[in-house]
Amino acid sequence: MSERHAGTGGLTRRSLLATGAAVLATPMLSRRAFAAPTELTMLAWYGHAEPDIVAEFEAENNVKFVPKYYTGGDNMLGLISQSPVGTFDVILSDAEYVQALNEAGYVEELDPNDYALADYFPEFQNFPGNWSDGKLFSLVTRFGFLGVAYNTDALTEAEASSYNIFWDEKLKGKVGHFDWHLPNLGQISLLNGNANPYDIDEAAWSAVKDKTMSLRPQIGGFFDYGGTFSSLNDGQMLAFAGIGDWITGVLEKNGAKVRSTIPEEGGLQWSECFSIGKGSQKAELAKKWIQYITSAKGQAKSANMAAYPALIPNQKGWEVLQAENPAEAKRQGMTKDEGNVIDMIRAGRIKYRQWPIQQSLEDWNDFWSEYKGA
Amino acid sequence: MRRPLTLYGLTFSLPLLIWQLLFFVFPLVFLVALSFWTVKNFRMQPDFDTVNWVTIYGRSVFWQAYGTTLAMAAFAAALVSVLAFPCAYAIAFKLSETARRWAVFLMVIPFFTSYLVRVYSWQIFLSDAGIINVMLGWIGLGPYGLLNTVGATMIGYLTLTFPLVVLLQLFSLVFIDRTLVEAAHNLRCGRLRTVFEVIIPSARVGLVIAALFAFILCFGDFVSPIYLGGGDPTTLSILITDTTKSGQQWPRAAVIALTMIGTLLVVAFAAVRFAYKGRTK
Repeated sequence: MSERHAGTGGLTRRSLLATGAAVLATPMLSRRAFAAPTELTMLAWYGHAEPDIVAEFEAENNVKFVPKYYTGGDNMLGLISQSPVGTFDVILSDAEYVQALNEAGYVEELDPNDYALADYFPEFQNFPGNWSDGKLFSLVTRFGFLGVAYNTDALTEAEASSYNIFWDEKLKGKVGHFDWHLPNLGQISLLNGNANPYDIDEAAWSAVKDKTMSLRPQIGGFFDYGGTFSSLNDGQMLAFAGIGDWITGVLEKNGAKVRSTIPEEGGLQWSECFSIGKGSQKAELAKKWIQYITSAKGQAKSANMAAYPALIPNQKGWEVLQAENPAEAKRQGMTKDEGNVIDMIRAGRIKYRQWPIQQSLEDWNDFWSEYKGA
Repeated sequence: MRRPLTLYGLTFSLPLLIWQLLFFVFPLVFLVALSFWTVKNFRMQPDFDTVNWVTIYGRSVFWQAYGTTLAMAAFAAALVSVLAFPCAYAIAFKLSETARRWAVFLMVIPFFTSYLVRVYSWQIFLSDAGIINVMLGWIGLGPYGLLNTVGATMIGYLTLTFPLVVLLQLFSLVFIDRTLVEAAHNLRCGRLRTVFEVIIPSARVGLVIAALFAFILCFGDFVSPIYLGGGDPTTLSILITDTTKSGQQWPRAAVIALTMIGTLLVVAFAAVRFAYKGRTK
């Protein structure tokens, strides 16, 4: 069957196959010559592995990030538990979930000497949840505050300086909720005067529920990430509970008339931490990434992330940001001026967003569903 | 007469069977099993515990959402059927062959764009500073709160189902025996009466199936209630996302999902039974 054509001369099938294989392999060889970039998988919120943040690191280290973005802490835990060990080299997690990552053994121990912890503000050097039994498991990389988000055409900064504005008659049907119980109920807890908004006894929890229920007639909707953006942007909602600059900052930079304030009753703090995934084959490179993003240079980049801006815990990062982008440093309050964000933390105006301590997470979630259905 | 199984017959039927087993039966069985699992510290554990069923069925929020979703989907199915019928009727009986082909083509076009995108674009029309309110403003009316209402959710449901319902109704209307219509006219039956006494009964199967599809699509829809209804009132699809969002409660979400599947099965069987009632083979 394998007849040779007369015109092919001395070409045998074997030599033809060999030539073909060589031709097909040429692109591989040439790629080899430039050394294919190492792939580093990152499990994170959207934005963390986008070019504005990772391009420089990728070029310097011949790395290509392969991001897997999640839409919330529960989603993140689900993705890790459903993937084989070692799937994710770098994991970004909200501070509340760091403890769960530790307990489930999903992350590697870190050596504190590897990182520029000394450059961090003291408040962030022993960040809760990052350490367990004196061992470091994750490193806080950025954080932000949650307060009253408002439309600057509809409200003045003075009006927005208390959570009570949500009950104002002129905002009827115009107050939006970011659809997650933790930040919203935490804010009501602050308004109720609980010094530790998430560590409240049954009586205080009851009071929080009653106060929250009284807000229900004011509410125009419960929104996810995308819905929050669009309803603030087009003025459909004039005030928002449960969010902060991580949403309004993006809109503000794009010209929307929205801002966030930390009201007199205090604000909440969200925090994001980096860890190295258990069983990562590229732990060394993952470490290098965490070193980069927690260094002064990486921190300044992180503060100005296109997806959503944030505050940074590295003091030297503040200096770089002030030099490179003074306007953004000022907008976010990361300046040397009095009343900057570290002063706010030191004045006790900011409380960590965390899981409820005296009730179960389920209790809070169930109430939230009830509230929405009321 | 039953024919013995042949290899030839199997090559055509087997892939479908495997597909159904792999992507329908197996996930469904898994969903049932999942509803008995338990969650400890965010981790799901295989178990056999009825706690999820007891918890979900014991919550008034669930039944409230169930009632709301059922009512909204039923209303949407009725509304879209009523609105689509004149359209399908006109295409079937009033248009020329060429125009009908164009009309069918136009009904297919909406499926080219993502439903999510179409729903988002409704926000531009419905928001307080949106197109509709601006136009009403020209004649000194409004602004009216259109977005984040049940009405807006209905618009979303119509966006989702209207073209499909028109097409399904149309396919049953075009196959109606025209001699029946002529006979009705010959017997001095008026136009409107012909529609109700001849055309609708003749096209019953298609009309019911179209309404059933509308119901199924709306009952499980998440996009319209959240992006046009503002997540208020809570529908079952929103309740599922709420349940999974806090504490990895997938088993409880499975209970809600199974209840939805059960409801749809009952509704579908009842609808099909009604559609074919009294028909002889």
